[in-house]
Amino acid sequence: MPPDAVASSRRSRVAHALAQNVGLELAIAMLVLSVAIYCAIYYAAQGLLPGGFELTTTVNNTMPLVLAAVAQTLVVLTRGIDLSVGGVIDLTNAIAAIGLGDSLAQMVAVSVAVLMVGAACGLLNGVLVAYGRLQPILVTLATLSIFQGVAIRVLPQPGGQVAEGYTAALANPSGPVSLLYAVLLALIWWGLRRTRLGIGIYAIGNDESAAEAHGIDARRTKILAYMLGGTFSAAAGLFLAANATAGDATTGNGYTLTSIVAVVLGGVSLFGGRGSAVGAMLGAFITTMIVNILFFAQIDPLYQAFYEGLFLVGAVLLAGGIGRLVRRS
Amino acid sequence: MSQDVPAVEAVNLVKSFGGVRALQGASLAAAAGEVHALVGENGAGKSTVIKALGGRVQPDGGEIRIGGRQVRLPAPPTAHALGAWTVFQELTLLPGMTVAENLLLAREPRTRLGLVDRRRLAANAESVLAGLGVHHIDPRALVEDIPLAERQMVEIVRAISHDPRILFLDEPTSSLVEREVVWLFGQIRRLRAKGACIVFTSHRWNEIRSIADRITVFRGGRDVGCFTELSEEDAVTLMTGQRVETFFPPLPAAPRAADHRPALEVRNLAAPRLRPVSFAVAPGEVLGIGGLAGHGHRELFLALFGAGRATGGQVLLDGKPVRLRNPREAERAGIALVPEDRKSEGLLLPMSVRDNLSLALLRRLSRAGLLRRGLERQMAGGEVQRLKVRTASLAAPVGTLSGGNQQKVLLGRWLLTDPRVLLLYDVTRGVDVATKHEIFELMMRLAGEGRAILFYSSDAEELAHLGHRVLVMREGRMAAELRAPGITAEHVVSAAVRDAA
Ligand SMILES: Nc1ncnc2c1ncn2[C@@H]1O[C@H](COP(=O)(O)OP(=O)(O)OP(=O)(O)O)[C@@H](O)[C@H]1O
Ligand SMILES: [Mg+2]
Repeated sequence: MPPDAVASSRRSRVAHALAQNVGLELAIAMLVLSVAIYCAIYYAAQGLLPGGFELTTTVNNTMPLVLAAVAQTLVVLTRGIDLSVGGVIDLTNAIAAIGLGDSLAQMVAVSVAVLMVGAACGLLNGVLVAYGRLQPILVTLATLSIFQGVAIRVLPQPGGQVAEGYTAALANPSGPVSLLYAVLLALIWWGLRRTRLGIGIYAIGNDESAAEAHGIDARRTKILAYMLGGTFSAAAGLFLAANATAGDATTGNGYTLTSIVAVVLGGVSLFGGRGSAVGAMLGAFITTMIVNILFFAQIDPLYQAFYEGLFLVGAVLLAGGIGRLVRRS
Repeated sequence: MSQDVPAVEAVNLVKSFGGVRALQGASLAAAAGEVHALVGENGAGKSTVIKALGGRVQPDGGEIRIGGRQVRLPAPPTAHALGAWTVFQELTLLPGMTVAENLLLAREPRTRLGLVDRRRLAANAESVLAGLGVHHIDPRALVEDIPLAERQMVEIVRAISHDPRILFLDEPTSSLVEREVVWLFGQIRRLRAKGACIVFTSHRWNEIRSIADRITVFRGGRDVGCFTELSEEDAVTLMTGQRVETFFPPLPAAPRAADHRPALEVRNLAAPRLRPVSFAVAPGEVLGIGGLAGHGHRELFLALFGAGRATGGQVLLDGKPVRLRNPREAERAGIALVPEDRKSEGLLLPMSVRDNLSLALLRRLSRAGLLRRGLERQMAGGEVQRLKVRTASLAAPVGTLSGGNQQKVLLGRWLLTDPRVLLLYDVTRGVDVATKHEIFELMMRLAGEGRAILFYSSDAEELAHLGHRVLVMREGRMAAELRAPGITAEHVVSAAVRDAA
């Protein structure tokens, strides 16, 4: 037998990890780059570098999007899409604003209840997609309106009151402690990726019928993915309420789109089965940095969406191009 | 258990897909300790029977018995529980996941916390592969990054690693080269000696002859006989219902190199995994390219079609240098490539046969930017007839055709572009004997018309009979040049594996 030509091209574990996580690496690079630009523009405008205060507000303002991005990732990995993310955030944000109260016991109980409401919303989506054989985009577009409608019923006018203690716990204004939640989320993802559910999510996103041929229950996996997604969206609603110290049944709307943006920037494939929630979390921070940059560059807020869109297209093209290059070599 | 009870039995299975009657009373019985071959034309229903026995397709009528007992197989895991594992014709690997994840899907090693132990996952996969004598596949690579032949091996290893009592292999050798086929047959013999029942399909008669204990022939969705001895000629007659040539057609006279400027000339072409190679193909010449998987021929073909990255060298068509930066440039220059993996590189499975056939021609079929549907239908219809594609209609989605018929559509698409240089990459993969013969004749006719043909085949027999010359590649370079007449399959194989030292 000849010496095997292919064996010699075998890569090390590290080399594989690098080549197989191009999306994540690009997200890191984009984050570093956007932070650098942000610092430069901030310096030009203010004559000093951003400090602890800016870090804290950035983290607190981004956490809801981080959670929404994780929620979106779970669904996108199954080769679906969840347009109802914004609706779930609206609804859970509204419930939190009127229900949280002042006592610790009530706060804990209501928080858990809110997460369960989110899970129930996800269950509805999941069942309709898995058993109704409907397109995820249609199902979640419909449930988006439903959840928004219910949210308005729960909290017709912006208001409610979130206790200081709650804000301190989830969106502490005096320091970037919420970063711990982001770390916790990354750890949760690390674990989830190593469960039967996590593997099933990737498997059905890759090829549903092939996954089923090897004993993966596609329906069950999908339903659980949507449920878990709903739960993370609900957590986003809670963080949003804590940060705003009040509730508003419409502030969640924008999260549907921005969560998709974050997912794409984070290197998660919209065709399913590829990418990681950690990338999507970085994508959420990149999104915030872009907004910050545009703000300090004194871009007319009317044009903000235009530039955000431009940046997104550029980032996606870049990511695609570099990904292909790495693949070929 | 009694010796007479078949290990697995299909009795009068009936199955229709929409209006297509794939099975109309198909029966098959295979015993323990037996290798049972299932043969038939493209579209005869072989894969459908195997899918029914593997739990992937629900028959409309008939019975399935395993170990003599009637069973219902609503999904593959039910068959797995009965010890029956299947390698389906269209592979069921997850492309974006690693080889290890695929091999050990749903049986991953766990840590004490119950989480998947990814380190051991790769190690276990490595030992599963090594335990079956496969050393060259990297368990940490993504499935989409490894060549088709390796993917096929992973799929086979996955099935065998479950130590099946019944193993179905649907065209397992279609993308394997000689050496890998030898490996597979070794495994099949080992399983047979342990008393397993193996059912396999193949369009290569020498494989069937060398390993099958019994042969069941299918025609038009039903079985037409089961034999212990059967000549290729008789088999083909049974399969097609008529007498058909099975010999290799004669090569047209070799063009004298001195008479012509080469139609295609390659000078020091280099690409990843491809050392600089140089060769020329004269008009009317058929040049075979041989070699084991991973030794550079794939890269060579992709570079010539502008689909892969060439890192150096020059390509000349009729003496003029051409740039081949993408497939469109290649197509305009008059080069056509029929690729290896029809699923991911060629066909748009959900689109119709007609659309798939006309895809490479859209420019020529349009007037003022509008597609001339009538002309399109006429050309597509002609090609379907010429290649005898079995399809319900021109409007049927290509994904519903049998594997061999999909391959014919892909070939037809490129023939329609009337290319100057035709690159054929394993085009007879999964094509039945009768059609293979037609394709060979077509190749010779195309060469006779003065086109240059460069073809790679994983079947050394084809290379030996169909090339005016055969270049054998090893480790990215041309290791040997063989000239007709007098080339044998053994020459090709030994040139491919000969130690470089
Ligand atoms: N999902 C499907 N939808 C519609 N028609 C189908 C489907 N699957 C198979 N068929 C049809 O059923 C017939 C039998 O197909 P099958 O795949 O079993 O043939 P085969 O004997 O395996 O052929 P090959 O040698 O080309 O693989 C073909 O005419 C095919 O077009
Ligand atoms: Mg078949």
